[in-house]
Amino acid sequence: MADAIRIENLQKKFRIGFIPKPREILKGITFSVREGETFGYLGPNGAGKTTTIKCLLGLIHPDAGTIEILGRPHTQPRSREALGFLPENPYFYDYLTAREFLAFTADLFGIGRTEKGERIARLLKLVGLERAADLPLRKYSRGMLQRAGLAQALVNDPKLVVLDEPLGGMDPLGRKEIRDIIVRFKDEGKTVFFTSHILQDIEMICDRVAIIVGGRIVKEGGLRDLVSEKVLFTEVTVSGLPPQTFSGLGECVSAQGDRVLLKLYDEARVDEVVNLIHDRKGRLIALSPRTETLEDIFVDTVTRT
Amino acid sequence: MKIRAIAGITFKEAKRDRILYLLFFFAALGIVASRVLAILTVGDRVKIIKDVGLASISLFGVLMAILIGTGLVYKEIDKKTIYTLLAKPLHRAEFILGKFLGLVLTLFVMTGAMTLIFLAIVYAHTLRIEGSLLVAIAYIFLELVLITAVAILFSSFSTPILSSLFALAFYLIGHLSWGLELIIKKMRPGAGKALVRGLAMVLPDLENFNFKTEVVHGLPIPPGIFLSSFLYGVCYTAFILGLAVLIFRRRDFI
Repeated sequence: MADAIRIENLQKKFRIGFIPKPREILKGITFSVREGETFGYLGPNGAGKTTTIKCLLGLIHPDAGTIEILGRPHTQPRSREALGFLPENPYFYDYLTAREFLAFTADLFGIGRTEKGERIARLLKLVGLERAADLPLRKYSRGMLQRAGLAQALVNDPKLVVLDEPLGGMDPLGRKEIRDIIVRFKDEGKTVFFTSHILQDIEMICDRVAIIVGGRIVKEGGLRDLVSEKVLFTEVTVSGLPPQTFSGLGECVSAQGDRVLLKLYDEARVDEVVNLIHDRKGRLIALSPRTETLEDIFVDTVTRT
Repeated sequence: MKIRAIAGITFKEAKRDRILYLLFFFAALGIVASRVLAILTVGDRVKIIKDVGLASISLFGVLMAILIGTGLVYKEIDKKTIYTLLAKPLHRAEFILGKFLGLVLTLFVMTGAMTLIFLAIVYAHTLRIEGSLLVAIAYIFLELVLITAVAILFSSFSTPILSSLFALAFYLIGHLSWGLELIIKKMRPGAGKALVRGLAMVLPDLENFNFKTEVVHGLPIPPGIFLSSFLYGVCYTAFILGLAVLIFRRRDFI
């Protein structure tokens, strides 16, 4: 499968302060995103995620390294013909309506008048802004702006969609809708490259991820390869028994009313605890094994680096 | 099409700027007040009206070009709307050119409106439309086009306040630089004279676009001067825009 994005040894320094001191933001980033996959780009604040995206889009000139978008050097504006981009906090001309703004965006891609009208109507429906299409953008909530941003990113029916924090500022319902749209991109064969702080969302929709810390990629790979099926601990909720009953078997996390929440790190102890509850006439409310999540890997990677 | 889209959005944005209407109001006031001045002054009333009217169009046109032009690119960067634009298949040169043409279109409309008021006032006194006035206004407009390019050049790397000061300095130097020719004539040959001559060549000469005196007083204009002034304006504008593109292409949008 060909690469939709190929980044090799990307380096960038900024000179900051009154007496400019060079600060290395990207220290030789290398990774690639294959065509048709959904790729999550993770990292703590200030790790270099947005700088990578800005280099990719030609907003920032890298000091060294090469970037290719769909087989073309990123320095050629043509490389962005099949690319759609949603910035972190969408900033648009707030005096335009969503319809006018999408028409303007379509003009930047040279889309013809008839096709433009149809496409705008379809996109407004897709992002759920049909009823607000003729309101100026300054009257939009943050979630609505995010939707308008997503619509403008799709106006050219892109092969590659770059989304910088697409789920930020959305309510749970809006988040689900945007997540569903991203999943639909995959079905349509689009490549999605996106950053998010909401790791559960990344885990739900990404095929592969890369974790950037301090300007370096510290982990990259398929989600299934990174996240193991290994049980980290088992949470047991019990009622009708005092916490002391389980001393030495596991960690008592909380005891409220007659409910006790236990954390068992040893899998072998789970049967022992279940039998004990049965014998002492207690009641087992819940038993949930916790496997490793992307969040665990992320926290572990970031704290170790 | 891309340049047209950027120019269109720039025109839309510029015409929302209240300062544009404030300046237009004062320009119109200046043109209309020329009638009052004409009554109070001894001499040819029509000449006073023409003189003050053309000066108003020129002065307020320049203020419009500077005050709106210096904020255009800066606002895009400051409000981060540029992120969405430059992520499209758009050359940075197309962006600068679009911004420039959008403001030129705005100034064309405003100059047109000021001209209509001016011609109406002149017509009320002379009962005829003088073509030569339109020629003078066309060259005022050419000067505005150059000032717009200068405002966009400074706006591509500086704040609106500094850009306005730089652009205003360019305008003032441009109208005073003809004095260097007088100094050159009076200087003895040598390094100093060569230096002043070099300076005179580099500095803009905006008096090339000033046909106000000739038109108002009906003085003869040497043939060929219109073409040379036109070419001077076009070449200088192209040079300034090229410089703006060069600076803008190197910028990082952090």
